[in-house]
Amino acid sequence: MAGAKEIRNKIRSVKNMQKITSAMEKVAASKIRKAQIQMQASRPYAQRIRRVIGHLSHANPDANHPYMREREIKRVGFIVISTDRGLCGGLNVNLFKTVIGEIAKWQDEKVDVDLALIGAKAVQFFRRLGGNVVGTATHLGDKPQINDLIGSIKIMLDAYSEGKIDRLFLMHNEFISALSQKAVVETLLPVSMISETDEELQEHWDYIYEPDARELLEDFLMRYIESQVYRGAVENFACEMAAKMVAMKSATDNAGEIIDRLQLKYNKARQAAITQEISEIVGGAAAVTG
Amino acid sequence: MATIQVDIVSAEGEIHSGEATMVFVPAKMGEIGIAPRHAPLLTALNPGEVRVLDTEGKEHFFYITGGMLEVQPHLVTVLADTALRGEQLDEAAALAAQLEAEQALEGASEETDIARAQQELAEARARYRAAQKLKGGR
Repeated sequence: MAGAKEIRNKIRSVKNMQKITSAMEKVAASKIRKAQIQMQASRPYAQRIRRVIGHLSHANPDANHPYMREREIKRVGFIVISTDRGLCGGLNVNLFKTVIGEIAKWQDEKVDVDLALIGAKAVQFFRRLGGNVVGTATHLGDKPQINDLIGSIKIMLDAYSEGKIDRLFLMHNEFISALSQKAVVETLLPVSMISETDEELQEHWDYIYEPDARELLEDFLMRYIESQVYRGAVENFACEMAAKMVAMKSATDNAGEIIDRLQLKYNKARQAAITQEISEIVGGAAAVTG
Repeated sequence: MATIQVDIVSAEGEIHSGEATMVFVPAKMGEIGIAPRHAPLLTALNPGEVRVLDTEGKEHFFYITGGMLEVQPHLVTVLADTALRGEQLDEAAALAAQLEAEQALEGASEETDIARAQQELAEARARYRAAQKLKGGR
């Protein structure tokens, strides 16, 4: 019977798809661990550099940098970190919704928004949507590297120094758990200063600066911001893998359901064919003997 | 014996943490040695090697591509860069990101090529020296 063969082919193709999705699920699961380790590895640097900047602003209150001063907001910059690839559920869509919400909020106050995009999905999305994109970085791979991020960050930092933007935000997904990710908005500039005053540093003292206090402060602040963006990129990668794992797991489960349903259909078709054959034989025999 | 805590970190991970009796770093103005109770100091670092003399008198070598250094009387923090840096290189990176955004990547200018080559040369030299030291020490 023709139906049975068609159904068998269909089952086979769904099974192949299921194999692919379940392999992707396993790959994502193993990458989450690596991404989490990377996330933890980026923490000491951020802590130390915060400590140094804290020391610095404590030791030398005159070393006041534009990065640390609030000013009137006429234009803002967003750094948006998305994934490079799809098949990760609603991760990017949720992030973009948040970004669009923020853009609308600023535009209500007659404040324009500049965008620096990290990740191919964000580039695709904003190409369709429009928006003032000043820099992009794509294809960061499994191990995002600061090297790839420097360019986009520098554009934003320069714009801030030149007074083109008055505030800089970072938007990415926060890794809460393997099952839960949340789009977050963080303020990068101006740097809200952490005045953790160590007890032992209370009396007046100052550093020896080589070459120059202002220049060094700028270098530190720049690296601090870069480390924040880097952490965002690594965290976003962990989110991508987590979301991918969940999406691929449900795809695998759905494929299983479809296979079950097709199998039932196939069995029914086969049974119907057998029944028909028997009734034909019985009918034929009855005709001969009768 | 007086010791000093040494932390070497990069954005991509912790590299070294421990007590030491002496630390040598490639500061912007030339190599400097830091003993315990050094005066507070902040400086930028060149590509090169960081040498840490631990409490057992063993020497550890770390190669860095540049970075920042903070010295407190009992604490040395090396914030190592993970990327080649330099004003013109950063500039070039910014330009590249911008051009990519405009979907019109052009070749880097001659000036940035030279800057990149110089920075890479300095890095390669430092790496070579570090490798030689490691070989000699074995």
